[in-house]
Amino acid sequence: MSVGEAQTTEQAGEVDPEEVEGEDLGWRYSLKKVKADTTARFGLYVIALMGALATFAWIDYYLFDYQIANSLWYHPARDPDEVNQLLPPVFDSEGTWAHPLGTDSRGRDVLVRIVYGSRISMTVGVVATAIGLVGGTVVGAVSGYYGGWVDDVLMRIVETIYSIPFLVLIIAFMAALGTRDVMFATIGVGIAIIPVFARLIRSRVLSVREEEYVEAARAAGLRDRKIIQRHIIPNSFAPVMVQATLQIGICILIVAGLSFLGYGAQPPTPDWGQMLSESRNYMIPNPWLSVWPGLAILFTVMGFNLLGDGLQDALDPRSR
Amino acid sequence: MTDDPLLSVRDLKTHFFTDAGVVQAVDGISFDVHEGEIVGLVGESGAGKSVASKSLLRLIHAPGEIVAGEIKYRDETIFAVEEGPDGEPVPREEMLSNEAVRRRIRGNEIAMIFQDPSESLNPVLTIGSQLKEFIELNTDYGGKAARERAIEMLHEVGIPDPADRYSDYPHQFSGGMRQRVLIAMALACEPNLIIADEPTTALDVTIEGQIIDLVKELQAEYGTSFLWVTHDMGVVAEICDRVNVMYLGQIVEHAEADDLFYETKHPYTEALLSSIPRPDQTTDSVEPIKGNVPSAVSPPSGCRFHTRCPDAREACVEVLPPIERFQGTNDPAVEQRASCLKHSDLGYWNSPPISNEARDASMAEEPQ
Repeated sequence: MSVGEAQTTEQAGEVDPEEVEGEDLGWRYSLKKVKADTTARFGLYVIALMGALATFAWIDYYLFDYQIANSLWYHPARDPDEVNQLLPPVFDSEGTWAHPLGTDSRGRDVLVRIVYGSRISMTVGVVATAIGLVGGTVVGAVSGYYGGWVDDVLMRIVETIYSIPFLVLIIAFMAALGTRDVMFATIGVGIAIIPVFARLIRSRVLSVREEEYVEAARAAGLRDRKIIQRHIIPNSFAPVMVQATLQIGICILIVAGLSFLGYGAQPPTPDWGQMLSESRNYMIPNPWLSVWPGLAILFTVMGFNLLGDGLQDALDPRSR
Repeated sequence: MTDDPLLSVRDLKTHFFTDAGVVQAVDGISFDVHEGEIVGLVGESGAGKSVASKSLLRLIHAPGEIVAGEIKYRDETIFAVEEGPDGEPVPREEMLSNEAVRRRIRGNEIAMIFQDPSESLNPVLTIGSQLKEFIELNTDYGGKAARERAIEMLHEVGIPDPADRYSDYPHQFSGGMRQRVLIAMALACEPNLIIADEPTTALDVTIEGQIIDLVKELQAEYGTSFLWVTHDMGVVAEICDRVNVMYLGQIVEHAEADDLFYETKHPYTEALLSSIPRPDQTTDSVEPIKGNVPSAVSPPSGCRFHTRCPDAREACVEVLPPIERFQGTNDPAVEQRASCLKHSDLGYWNSPPISNEARDASMAEEPQ
């Protein structure tokens, strides 16, 4: 049989409904699946809203030095005589529409502070997760690919980090640097979650490196770095993406906890964790003060979790 | 064939150091591949064929290790280890480093085609980008030229609309098409030798035929040598010039392809041949080889096949059969070699037969 004849026979078997459908692969397809899933879509919208608020707050902070916030909402600094401290929310009989969620102990509008607090929380969650993701991917992929003593050494280090409680580790890290800056808190959280990603990706790499296409790449003379970059990591990445969305929520919680303890965002920078921390002194006169930042954290973390769950289903090849 | 071989393997030993003991997967094999030849390496599952072929490119990972022997490719020494004065294996000076093997040998001199075409392509990259990557690595083509070369190679192996299919993903190809892509990948780097590790095993028979025809055509065109690893005697008859039969890590018979079928010298080869189902026979007359492949951790003494050989005698248990050489019948230039005591003068004919599963079965079949 000639090559030409082979073509026609093969071509006939080529048109297959399953394969045509498979053409729509990749991120666009996953996003479509996420949108079809009601809970995941809800998560996506919550995150989109929080992201929009955070972007707005960043723009206002950097470009206008809080001019927008100050002009849109009442600010005590403009009129020290009219400070309304610890005002309850609007649905309370003493509440006013001027401060829909009430004011805090210094008379600052809680709604504005919640909106501006999203800046720190969202940034910290995304940046810390990115640090953990990149660090964990490199460590896990190298460890899983090479095995042997490289694996032993890297994994023992990772397990050591993992065995120390998050908060203790991060506070020790910041104390060692002599700083309470939120940027260092973010880096600390990022380092602290490297083990999560390293262990996850290593477990995937251990199975992917046995695949025949990795062996084929090796037999073709590819260098190890190329094999890890192009063949190992892309094929180990789906569970890591899911873990990353879940991890953003966890990081927000950790940083909120750090702010609560006084590490992290420093007053007067609005931050949800730090707002919670402050509010505990005014539980009796105004219990609502601790409810709002708590709800904000709850919604954001839940949003990321719902999206993560939806992404897990969307990226699962068996569900295609 | 008087010219120097393209690839020559001498006394190659690859062992796996496992908790259960040392698995002697490849235990002292020697063979040559000359230019423009297709050499077969056949044997059952577990005979060590794949390990042997991977050893040639030094693709053995822990706990496996090539412990001894010599692999020469033209003037390059891919592997050479000799026993040092204190009994420790010492690599010879001219042996290439791992880095040199990767750069100079893998892909551009010796390429490999793997068993399962559905597993040998990275599912997240397009066919084209994988092909281009191999071409850029192993030839002087780069960028756009590499892309054109890739499309040309896809056309060469019979992929319709190669320019369109260049940017398709592996799952959009059928099994046979994928194997064609893999052949394109191997050929694109213009190697002198292609090691094909059971390349048609995962394909159905019609596609297998097409692939074999394709390989024959391309081999005639490019003059590439092949080391064809398979357990399928039908494929061997179809494609190979010379054949090495492997059993438990050793080569038991070597012959020109026709001689192997018509002038079989080793009982194991005979057993392999009679275990092929043939359309002109009922399945009753197919004789599977009795018993299982013994463990390669502690292989049988003497002749390794004696536990399953219908002709086994007591001498086989004790004496390691030497390699006996015969002149080829079909092609006198190709030497036929077999390691069986039947052909040696070492007391086989005087010793009593031993009892094993294979012999018991053949005795039972005889008319009473």
